[in-house]
Amino acid sequence: MEFNDTKEEAAFRGEIRTWIDNNAPDYLFEPLSTSGFGSIQLDGFDPMAEAKQWQKTKAEAGWACLQWPKDYGGQGASPIESVIWNQEEGVYGQLSRMFIIGQGMCAPTMMTFASEDQKQRYLPKLASGEEVWCQLFSEPHSGSDLAGLRTRAEKDGDDWVINGQKIWTSGAQHSEFGILITRTDPEVPKHRGLTMFFLDMKSAGVDIRPIKQANGDSGFNEVYFDNVRIPDAQRLGGVGEGWKVSLTTLMNERLAIGGSITTGFPEIKELVDQLRIASGTAINDPAVRSKLADWYAKSSGLKNTAARAISALSKGEVPGPENSIGKLVAGGMMQDIAKFSLDLQGLSGAIVDPEIAAGSARLQAMLMRSPAVRIEGGTDQILRNIISERVLGLPEDMRADKGMPFNKIPVGN
Amino acid sequence: MNFDFSDDDKMVQDQINRFLRDNCGFDEFRSVLEGDATYSDSVWRGLSEMGVQGTAIPSAYGGVEAGYLSLCLAARELGAHLAPVPFSSSIYLAVEAIQRTGSEVQKEEWLPKLASGQVIGTLAVTETLQEQVPEDITTTFAKGKLNGIKLVVPHGLMADVAVVLARTSDGLSLVLAPLSDVMRKSIDTVDPTMGSATITFKDAPAELLGESHDGWSAMSAVYNRAAVLFAFEQLGGAERALDMAVGYAKERFAFGRPIGSFQALKHMMADMYVALKLAESNCYYAAWALQNDADELALAAATARVSATQAFQLCSRDNIQVHGGMGFTWEYDCHLYYRRSNYLALVLGGLTTWEDKLVSALPDAA
Ligand SMILES: Cc1cc2nc3c(=O)[nH]c(=O)nc-3n(C[C@H](O)[C@H](O)[C@H](O)COP(=O)(O)OP(=O)(O)OC[C@H]3O[C@@H](n4cnc5c(N)ncnc54)[C@H](O)[C@@H]3O)c2cc1C
Repeated sequence: MEFNDTKEEAAFRGEIRTWIDNNAPDYLFEPLSTSGFGSIQLDGFDPMAEAKQWQKTKAEAGWACLQWPKDYGGQGASPIESVIWNQEEGVYGQLSRMFIIGQGMCAPTMMTFASEDQKQRYLPKLASGEEVWCQLFSEPHSGSDLAGLRTRAEKDGDDWVINGQKIWTSGAQHSEFGILITRTDPEVPKHRGLTMFFLDMKSAGVDIRPIKQANGDSGFNEVYFDNVRIPDAQRLGGVGEGWKVSLTTLMNERLAIGGSITTGFPEIKELVDQLRIASGTAINDPAVRSKLADWYAKSSGLKNTAARAISALSKGEVPGPENSIGKLVAGGMMQDIAKFSLDLQGLSGAIVDPEIAAGSARLQAMLMRSPAVRIEGGTDQILRNIISERVLGLPEDMRADKGMPFNKIPVGN
Repeated sequence: MNFDFSDDDKMVQDQINRFLRDNCGFDEFRSVLEGDATYSDSVWRGLSEMGVQGTAIPSAYGGVEAGYLSLCLAARELGAHLAPVPFSSSIYLAVEAIQRTGSEVQKEEWLPKLASGQVIGTLAVTETLQEQVPEDITTTFAKGKLNGIKLVVPHGLMADVAVVLARTSDGLSLVLAPLSDVMRKSIDTVDPTMGSATITFKDAPAELLGESHDGWSAMSAVYNRAAVLFAFEQLGGAERALDMAVGYAKERFAFGRPIGSFQALKHMMADMYVALKLAESNCYYAAWALQNDADELALAAATARVSATQAFQLCSRDNIQVHGGMGFTWEYDCHLYYRRSNYLALVLGGLTTWEDKLVSALPDAA
């Protein structure tokens, strides 16, 4: 068991550090450090433009998507090396995370199911941030119950014709491409009638409409499909095998999201180190210490669990569904931390103006963004189902639609 | 980075597991819980034969010198089987105190006997009815004699020697006392298998452990190391309690279906699993810190202690819930895990104390 860097790892870390010192957009250091949760605010700079620039700089120097094969825009680096990169990238990682859906979820699906030509064509540009991808899975009537989706794909010559609607599609407004799951056969049980594609978001008949979120941002969108044509060559996996394909994406989703865990611990620690409350400096208050200890134990538990997953990866093992715990723990914890931090500040805790509020109002932004963490990429309840069924081996939920043809399943509103 | 135990360590763990499975079953445990035995002599001797007590003790003092990582895994198995033996007091507490603070002569005299299991040790601290602070310690040590009463000493019933926290002319010190001529009386606790005793020292012969030292901080240093080992016991116990819950939930039916298909129970067990995993990962890190005597030890130990205490208490509590009425019977083992989890939660000072230590150990910019 060893946690310190090996000689090679230390040298690699040093190399990254020097490169970042010389090449990172340091004019963004300040705004990135104080930027809220959710969409980032950069003092007048356009976040997407800055993110693309940083990704391009990294790609040109060979630091983008390190662990991908060289042919597809990466360096074939080991999992440990890419972890070291992530650690050293620090606040600038927030820029890179704007590509996480494409690089973390769409890319693994493309790597597994696209043709060699397609991989050569699309992956390097996805790695360099030149082209952005989104994930078109959820629909108004099917989120947790993804396999209940209704968007239709019908074969017409060498094309498929798509009609329907997706919703909650993060980043669709910035995306060149997307992976899309559709229903190709409504007469078989729901998991069997699905097929996966990737498509050009500029295709005729695609209509993207931003949705204003509860926290005021507009990160996600509705996407409408009106007779959109997709060539059969852009099908990922077999006809009717979309469910299996989607599992590749979803497993990587859990890894991608679980990989860079925000918990809110550093923010609350910084607050209570300074904040004065009735009993003195907050950090000296026993009730505060008790909560702080609990949150530290959780965040350190997540960090160490991630380290074990990386260690397993580096030995060639596949990290299992136990990685679902990352988002499950972090989501609720962020919400608790935000609530408690505001509580310590009395009514002033309600102030969301970053110019006035303590800690640039990051904790207030966390209060408003954290509910989404408990929903996106699998709700807390779905994650508990996964843990209890796939890790603990408990019986499946009773399903009212089991074995029923899709078009006979009862629907609500 | 390599965040895993070696194959050798895991092999030893497996041997201990098999030994305990075959020799430390229901009957053995119940003979301590309900019979006259204060601990299982046969299990204790079996562990000695395998050299488990001496796992982390240097070979110069009669140990196996297999290191703390291996001892952590042994602790996990002992915790999983609720082994009714004085292992924790003797090895995590007495041995650690003597190794850290004792003189060369004391180490040579005591460690080989503790390593072989021939002698059982413990650490005697608590005197009053609250979480101990230095002022609570009124037992005195002067002119080679100990005087005072230690209210609750884990495995005090069978220990041959104790490291005792006592008041000396210049503050608190750790003192080494053979227990041949002291008065000891069994004291009932939430876990009757921990051999707890009240020990009265009346002009009992003793000697200072090592050179003159600050007893409270020497004890705290021992606690930090012991916390990691106890955390592995707690982890083992938590895991076993979750296994019991899952096993029962698959077999017990209500409303025409296995109770494990009810989402309320599935989610409860998912939460037990989450607590367990967090604790496990923190324990792994703490094991590394213990083995390497790393600067991070104080923080890593407190973190492992806090999350393993939480995990064991949660898993043992909700294991009873999953079992329904059966879980509240003396006959079923659920309460044994519940009892052990609540005793171990207190043995080095309670959760609040460790939460406080954790926060004190945080670096300034976390
Ligand atoms: C910020 C944000 C970004 C997102 N980005 C994307 C994206 O880029 N692409 C994409 O495809 N989707 C995206 N989503 C959608 C997300 O995956 C879904 O919202 C999520 O899966 C939940 O589905 P739903 O909204 O339909 O809620 P529902 O599935 O209707 O759930 C409603 C409630 O019912 C509970 N529930 C449902 N089924 C069960 C069950 N079996 N057992 C117990 N409880 C259950 C849920 O836990 C929840 O509490 C995003 C969502 C958010 C909030």
